Amino acid sequence: MAMDYLILLKQEWMIALILFVLLFIKLGKDIPNATLLPWINGLLCLNLLSGFFFNQEGMLFGEMFQTNARLVMEKNILNLALLLISMQAYDWLLAHKHLIEFYLLLLTAILGMFFMLSSGNLLMFYLGLEMSTIPVAAAVNFDLTRKQSSEAAMKMIISSAFSSCLLLLGISLVYGMSGTLLFSELPRHLSSAPLYILSFLLLFSGFGFKISAVPFHLWTADVYEGAPVSVTAFLSVVSKASVLFVLVSVLYTVFKPLADTWYNLLYLLSMVTILTGNLFAIRQNNLKRFLAFSSIAQVGFILIGVSAGTQAGMTSVIYFLLIYVFSNLAAFGVVSIIGAVADKHTIEDYRALYKSNPFLTWVLTIALFSLAGVPPTAGFFGKYFLLMAGSAKGNYGLILFASLNLVISFYYYLRIVKAMFMDPNEKPIDHIQVSWLPKLALIICLAGILAAGLANQLYTYIFSLCSGL
Amino acid sequence: MNLSLLIIIPLLTALLVLFGRGLKQVRVISLAGALLQLGISVWLLLLYWQTRTSGNNEAMLFVQNHAWFAELGIHYHIGVDGISIAMILLTASVVVAGILVSWNETNMSKEFFFLLLLLSMGAYGFFISLDLFTLFFFLEVAVIPKFLLIGVWGSGKKEYSAMKLALMLMAGSALVFVGMMGVYQQTHSFDIMAIAKMHIPLEVQKIFFPFAFLGFGIFAALFPFHTWVPDGHASAPTAASMFLAGISMKLGGYGCLRVATFLMPDAAHAYSWIIILLATIAIIYGAFATMMQTDLKYINAYSSVSHCGFVILGIGMLTETSINGAVLQMVSHGLMTALFFAAIGMIYTRTHTRMVAQLGGLLKVMPFISTVFVIAGLCSLGLPGFSGFVAEMTVFMGSWQNPNGWYRLATILACASIVVTAVYILRAAGKTIMGPTGETHQQLSDASWNEKLAAGILIVGIVLMGVAPFLINQLIGTGVGTIMQQVGNVITQK
Repeated sequence: MAMDYLILLKQEWMIALILFVLLFIKLGKDIPNATLLPWINGLLCLNLLSGFFFNQEGMLFGEMFQTNARLVMEKNILNLALLLISMQAYDWLLAHKHLIEFYLLLLTAILGMFFMLSSGNLLMFYLGLEMSTIPVAAAVNFDLTRKQSSEAAMKMIISSAFSSCLLLLGISLVYGMSGTLLFSELPRHLSSAPLYILSFLLLFSGFGFKISAVPFHLWTADVYEGAPVSVTAFLSVVSKASVLFVLVSVLYTVFKPLADTWYNLLYLLSMVTILTGNLFAIRQNNLKRFLAFSSIAQVGFILIGVSAGTQAGMTSVIYFLLIYVFSNLAAFGVVSIIGAVADKHTIEDYRALYKSNPFLTWVLTIALFSLAGVPPTAGFFGKYFLLMAGSAKGNYGLILFASLNLVISFYYYLRIVKAMFMDPNEKPIDHIQVSWLPKLALIICLAGILAAGLANQLYTYIFSLCSGL
Repeated sequence: MNLSLLIIIPLLTALLVLFGRGLKQVRVISLAGALLQLGISVWLLLLYWQTRTSGNNEAMLFVQNHAWFAELGIHYHIGVDGISIAMILLTASVVVAGILVSWNETNMSKEFFFLLLLLSMGAYGFFISLDLFTLFFFLEVAVIPKFLLIGVWGSGKKEYSAMKLALMLMAGSALVFVGMMGVYQQTHSFDIMAIAKMHIPLEVQKIFFPFAFLGFGIFAALFPFHTWVPDGHASAPTAASMFLAGISMKLGGYGCLRVATFLMPDAAHAYSWIIILLATIAIIYGAFATMMQTDLKYINAYSSVSHCGFVILGIGMLTETSINGAVLQMVSHGLMTALFFAAIGMIYTRTHTRMVAQLGGLLKVMPFISTVFVIAGLCSLGLPGFSGFVAEMTVFMGSWQNPNGWYRLATILACASIVVTAVYILRAAGKTIMGPTGETHQQLSDASWNEKLAAGILIVGIVLMGVAPFLINQLIGTGVGTIMQQVGNVITQK
C-alpha cells in the first residue's frame, strides 16, 4: 500500500522533490544564473524521464486520485512542454533576478494540473484547477518593470476567479441534485433534467474560460500580450492542453448521458471559436497577440475533434495537442529569442528576417506551416484527423465550414512567411547568435513537427490508450 | 519495381541539395537527381509494357499496400496504370527541362532547387497514390513550394500572385477534403480501387461529387475558378511557370478523373451538363481573353485556361474516346506549355521584356529560341504532326460520340475556338520573331547548351506524340478502360 502511494503518485512526487530542491537552493548562497540554469533544465529532463518508468494503474484516497497509462502519457506531454519552454527561456532568464521563483511558480502550476488530470472527483478537480491557475497568474506578472505585465496578471486573476465561480456553482448544483461528486457515480444520476443541463452549462463555461473558447476568450489576447513570452507559451500550450485533456475525458465518461447536449454545444462553439479566432488573427500585427488569436482558432478545431465522442475523437485530440506542443512552442521559441535578444515584436520587424537569420526563419516557417496544417508537417495530420473524427457524425456543414476556415488561417500564417522571405526591410534584425539550450529546444521541436505526423506508431499508441470509453 | 523510388529519389535529391555548396554543386545534384528520375520513369514504362504484353490485365501494377494509420483506414497504397505512367513521364521530362532552364539561378539557388524538387515529389506521389488520404497528402505537399517559388523568385506583383494562388489552391483542397470525407464516411475506406467496387448511393454521390470535382477543378483552372492561373503563371520564375502549367494543373485534371469521376460515376452523369457548360465557357473565354493580352506569359497563361478546358470537356462527355482525349490533352498541354514558358523565359532573360509590342525580329538574332517558340505555338494551335492536334482531335471525336444535341453544340463551339487560338498564336509569333529587329536586341546571344537540351527533351515528347499517337494510346488504353468500366456500367444500369 505504501508502495502505491509512491508509485502511483510518482510524477507528483518528482515535481514536489524538484520544488524542495529549488527552495533549498534559494535559501542557500547566491549561485549565478548561468550555472544554475543547465542544472534546473537537467532536473526537468529527469522529471520528464520519470514518466516512462514504473507505470501502474490504480486509485488512491477513496477514488479522489486515479491514474492510468493515458493519464501518465498526458502528464508526459505537459512535462515535455515545460522542459521545452524552460530551455527556450534561457536568454530571458539569464538576466532575471528571480529565476528560482519563476520555476517554483510554473512547477506548482504543473503539479496542480497533474492533480486535476488525475482527479476522480469534482472537488479534487476544482482544487487542481485552482492550483494550476493562481501560480500562472503570478508568473504572468514576471516582467516586474513592465506595467502591462501587471495589468495582464490582474486581468487573468479576475477572469479566472469569475470562471471559478461559475464552475463552483455548477459543481454545487450537481451535488445538490445527485448527492455525489465522484466521477464513477455521477453518470448514473445524470439525466437531461433542466437543472442538470444548467449545471452542465455552468461547468462548461468554466472550462470555456480556461481554454479560451469564444465567447469566453476576451481575456486571452491582453494577457498573452502582457505576459513574458515564456509564460505566454506556458499559458497557450500547457494550460490549454491540460484543461482540454480533462475536458475530453470528463465529457466522454462523466457526462456521457448528456452527449446530445454537449454535441450541439460543441458544434456551435467550435464554429464561433474558429471564425472569431481567425478574423481577429488576420488583423494582428504583434506576433504574440497574433499567436494568441491563432491559438483561439486552434482550440475551435480541437473542439470539433472533441465533439466526435468516439475513440478516434479522443485520440485525435490528444494527438493534435502533442503536435500542438511542438509547433506552437517552436513558434513561441523563435518569438521569444528574437524578443529577448533584439527586442522586436511586430510583423514589420520580421521582414527580411531570412537574410540575417535563416535558421530561425526556417524554424518559424515550419512551425507556422504545422499550425496551418500543411503537409508534410505533423500539423496536417493532427488537423485533418480532428476533422475526420468530427465528420463521423455526418455533419458535413461543420466540416466544410472548418475546412474553408483552414484557408483563412492559411492566409494569416502565410502573411508572416511572406514578410520573412519576400518583403524588403531597411532596418532588418541583426544576426542572432542562439545559445545552445534554446537551439536544442528548437531542434527538438522541429524534429517533433517533422516526425510526429509521419510516424504512425505514435497515433496507434495513443489510440490504444484511449480505448474503453 | 519498387514504385516508392519515385518519391524517394526526389526527396533524397532535395535533401542532398541542402548540403550542396554554391550554385555549381547544387545544380549538378539537382540535374543528376532529375535525370535519374527520368531514367527510372522510362524504365518503369518499359517494365509496364513488358508486364502488359505478357498478359497481365490487372487494373493497377506494381502495387504496394502498407498500413499507415490503420485505425483510420489510411494506407500507403501505391500503384500505376497507363494514365499514371503517362503523367509520371510528363512530370519527369518537365522537371529535367525546368532544372536545365534555371541553370543560372544565382539568387538563393539552394532553396530554389530544393523547392522545385519538393514540388516534383508531391506530383509523383500524387500520380501513384491509390489511397485517397495519401493522394490528398501529396496534393497539399505541392502547394507550399509553389507559394515560395512565386513569392521569392517571381517578378511583377509576385506577392499578390503567390498569395492568390496558394489560397485558391488551398480552397480547392478544402473542397476535395469535404468530398473525400463524404466518400469515406459512406464506405469507411480510403482505397480508391475498393471504393470503386462499392456502389455509393446516387443521393450521396450527388452531394459529394461537386465538392470533389470543383476542388480538383480549381487546380485544373475550371471556370470561374481559373483566376489564379494568369497571375500565378505570369509572376512565377520560368521553371516554376513550367512546373505550374506542366505538372500542377495536371494534378487537377487527374484528380477530376481518378477521384471524382471514377468513384462517383452516377453523379458525373447527372452533373455532366454543368461540367460541359463550364468547360465550354473556359475554352471560349480563355481563347478570347488571350486575344487581348500583350504580355507573352499572360498569353500562354490564358491559353492554358482554354486548353485545360478541353481536358474538363473530355472528362465531362464521359465517352471512352473523349476521356482518352482528355488524358492525351493533359500530357500534350503539359509538354507544350512547359516548352512555351521555357521559350518565353529564354527570350525574357535576354531582352528583359515580355511585351509583344517591344519585341520583333528575334528570328535573326536567336534562331534556335525562335524556332522553339514557333514549335510551341504551332503545337498549341493544333498543327498536325504535333501532340496538340492528336489530343484535341481525340477530344472532339469523343465528344461528338455523345448523342446529346446540346453537348454537340458545345463540341462545335469548342472546335471553333481553335480558329481564335490560331489568330492569337500566329499574331504573337509573327510580331515577336519576324519583322525588323529592335536596335537594343541586335547583339543578343542564342540559346546555350542547357537551354537547347531543355527544349530538345520537350520537343521530342511533343513530336513523338504527334507522329506516333498509337504508342501513348496503347499506354493509357487499359487505364481509360478501367474508368470506362465504371462509367459505362452506369449507362447500362439506366
